[in-house]
Amino acid sequence: MVPLSYYMILSAIVFLTGLVGVLIRRNIIILLLSIELMLNATNINFVAFAYYLNNIAGQVFVFFALTVAAAEVAVGLAIILALYRGKATVNVEDLNMMKW
Amino acid sequence: MKYALIPLLPFAAFVVIGLFGHWIRERAHWIAVPAVAGSFLLSLSAFADVAQGEPIRLTLYSWITSGSFDVNIGFFIDRLTAAMLLLVTVVSGLVHVYTIGYMEGEPGYPRFFSYIALFTFSMLMLVMADNFLQLYVFWEAVGLCSYLLIGHWYDRKSACDAAVKAFVVNRVGDFGFGLGIMLIFAVFGTLQYDQVFAKAASVAGETINVLKPLGGEWPVGMLTVLCLLLFTGAVGKSAQVPLHVWLPDAMEGPTPISALIHAATMVTAGVFMVARLAPLYNLSPAAMDVVAVTGGLTALFAATIALTQNDIKRVVAYSTVSQLGYMMMACGLGAYAAGIYHLLTHGAFKALLFLCCGSVIIALHHEQDIRRMGGLKAKLPVTYWTFVIGSLALAGFPLTAGFFSKDEILVEAWSGGALGQTLAVVGLATAFLTAFYSFRLVFVAFHGESKVGSGGASGGPPPAGMAPHQAGHIHEPSRTMTIPLMVLAGLAVITGYLGIPEFLAPVLHGPGGAEAGHEAAVPIMVIASIMGLSGIAVAYLFYVRSPQLPERLTQQWRRLYGLSFNKWYVDELYDKAFVRPTVEVAGLLWRRMDVAVIDKAVNGVAAGVALWSRSLRLIQSGEVQHYALGMALGAVVILGVYLLMLQ
Amino acid sequence: MATLSFFYFGGVIVLTAVLVVALRNPIYSVIALLLMFFHVAGLFITLHAEFLAVVQIIVYAGAILVLYLFVVMLLNLKRDDSYQRQVWLGVSLGLLGLAEIVYVVLTAGRATGPAIARTTQVAAAGAPAASVTPGNTEAVGMALYTTYLFPFEVASLILLVAMIGAILLVKKGIMGPEAGPLVGVGGASAGPSPTIRESK
Repeated sequence: MVPLSYYMILSAIVFLTGLVGVLIRRNIIILLLSIELMLNATNINFVAFAYYLNNIAGQVFVFFALTVAAAEVAVGLAIILALYRGKATVNVEDLNMMKW
Repeated sequence: MKYALIPLLPFAAFVVIGLFGHWIRERAHWIAVPAVAGSFLLSLSAFADVAQGEPIRLTLYSWITSGSFDVNIGFFIDRLTAAMLLLVTVVSGLVHVYTIGYMEGEPGYPRFFSYIALFTFSMLMLVMADNFLQLYVFWEAVGLCSYLLIGHWYDRKSACDAAVKAFVVNRVGDFGFGLGIMLIFAVFGTLQYDQVFAKAASVAGETINVLKPLGGEWPVGMLTVLCLLLFTGAVGKSAQVPLHVWLPDAMEGPTPISALIHAATMVTAGVFMVARLAPLYNLSPAAMDVVAVTGGLTALFAATIALTQNDIKRVVAYSTVSQLGYMMMACGLGAYAAGIYHLLTHGAFKALLFLCCGSVIIALHHEQDIRRMGGLKAKLPVTYWTFVIGSLALAGFPLTAGFFSKDEILVEAWSGGALGQTLAVVGLATAFLTAFYSFRLVFVAFHGESKVGSGGASGGPPPAGMAPHQAGHIHEPSRTMTIPLMVLAGLAVITGYLGIPEFLAPVLHGPGGAEAGHEAAVPIMVIASIMGLSGIAVAYLFYVRSPQLPERLTQQWRRLYGLSFNKWYVDELYDKAFVRPTVEVAGLLWRRMDVAVIDKAVNGVAAGVALWSRSLRLIQSGEVQHYALGMALGAVVILGVYLLMLQ
Repeated sequence: MATLSFFYFGGVIVLTAVLVVALRNPIYSVIALLLMFFHVAGLFITLHAEFLAVVQIIVYAGAILVLYLFVVMLLNLKRDDSYQRQVWLGVSLGLLGLAEIVYVVLTAGRATGPAIARTTQVAAAGAPAASVTPGNTEAVGMALYTTYLFPFEVASLILLVAMIGAILLVKKGIMGPEAGPLVGVGGASAGPSPTIRESK
């Protein structure tokens, strides 16, 4: 049997990959994509724990995480579209109106 | 209980006029004058009570109770105090009335009345004090009032400077005074007069090693040190040499207060203090000698300066200093009663002289230089005759009060051993000078032809005063000003006949039975009279008969004239020795410490904060990924630290 | 067998995840993500979470990815994208975090190792807990509609709010005839936006 720690490490790798993606990509769309990566990683983690601890709650939580991810994507993309209309750019470096 | 009203009535006047002056305005005298009059009547009653029976001791309330330090506010009214009460209330009352005319129409009218009411209150509390702390508090209070009143016309820089000078010079003396009071508490454990006097004899033999801080050895009598310290306060307050410099400058204030404060009452507080503390001084011959010499020196010194001054008030001011020297000299020689006698008579005629000066000044529209006066005898008759009476009293003309009191001092001085006789000679010389300069004033200001509106000795443009053609418009001032003059003139004569020294003698004893030497009384009286008359005669010669004589003498004795005219350069000396260095040090401290260090530190903190915030705000780049980086970094670091700590 | 499938799925997941982040062309990134989703679903199946696997495919791969594709194509992003200035910092941070987590897992794993092993033994012994016997979907459903009913309702509300929000955010005509709701966001505008004047 695959030990739980393997799943946790896998989840960690994917999560950190997503985090690095958030930090280094300039395209907003890819940024949001990286966030999806992170969410998926946590899903993997939850399901693994649900299996290993014999508790269905993990899977239920994944269900909700999925829901929230979907909602977030919808709203996020809508924001990006609205921003694009204002500034004609998807370069996140150009969205610095909150600069001091 | 009525004794408490004596000071409280003027105090109430001060409060009322002070608070409501804006609405009272020119009606202020309706409050002040009755208050002082009431005070006077109550003082008469107190005087009557004390004259017949025992002194009055009254504790009003317990002020400080702190461990062994107990101070009350209380009254001790004996014959000396009663006499002072009368002096203060009479002169104050007359000055109040005089002010109605003198300050008429001035914008600071109510403020002036409130301040002289405050002064009257303070002076009354001072003379009625029964302990050293109360004395000191009201000593300072009269100093404060002096400051306020000298600087009454505060838009004049010279007045403000003079007020500050008066206060600061007084403070110098009061520093020693304060030390003396602390020493009294340290030695006697109490500050009440009666308790201190009772214990005084028991510590008569003790000594203090004065050079102890410097590691030396010089035992000085404890009481001597004490008396000398207390005396420094008197030196300041009563304008003795070397702290006399403030009094002539104080003439910047309105003339009524020159009469009240700087002639009759405040400056006499020093003499009063020495007399009041006679039991202490009697036990310290060394201190008494110092007092006497200081007094004699002051008398002569001031008289020499008064000879050449051209400002009418300055002459009278220096004569005040000189007469105060007489009083101090008398006290120093053990003749306290004579000193106080002279204090009382002097209060009358000096106040008179000042008020006459005020009358002249008002009549001539604020002209004060006697070289631009003259011929006023016909125009201001009342002022002239009262001025003459005052001058005669000052000069010690026979039968005036001044004659009797000055004589009393000289007689007592002569019977006081070698020192006393030396000082008596000094006193006689001073009497000659006094007569000379006071009648110089009379002849130059009132006799001769009118030089009003002329340009002064050097022929410059006419100053603040009148133009020559206005000389015809000079007239006697209003009755509110002339009536006090006449009252004081009467007092200047009759106070000699009231038997004051005999009245005070039971209360003010000298160190030993100094009844010896009275066989010299008559010759002294004669010599003193001769001095006075010859002084008047010389003045007549110089200023009426041969007016070119002073001019010639001035040319011949240029150096001496310069010394006298420039007040022996004492002010310049003090300026060089004390004022300049202090200003320099202050300036240095200001530049080096205050600006360079403290301001820099404060500004530095502000600048540091600004720098810090300017650097920190660069974090707010507006870019989301920078913020995300920060979060990630934080998470990683915290996790790392946590893991490290688990080891 | 289980190990092999885990390594296959895990490996592809890692690879595609890195590709998502590293590829310059956004379409390629999206396709890589699609691949990843499929393999995650596979992973779920190996973990006996069949229902979730299917939901994952339907929702993530079927809806969310399609949405991304729509937006990418709508915005016509053909441009090449260079990395941010902080690329090295980000990567090193990621590696550091990975090291920390691996460390935690491995050291903690030793402590909880036996327990996990026990449960895996139990699972492997073929005597599965109630969660497995009724079938995954049923089990999830039972949990969802009894214990977790309230969060379930809230989740539906979230979806409602997201729907409304998305519509509002891109709707034109709220703040003027041409403008969208984010008026004044600044910069040169794609469409005519009257109040945008601020320079970058």
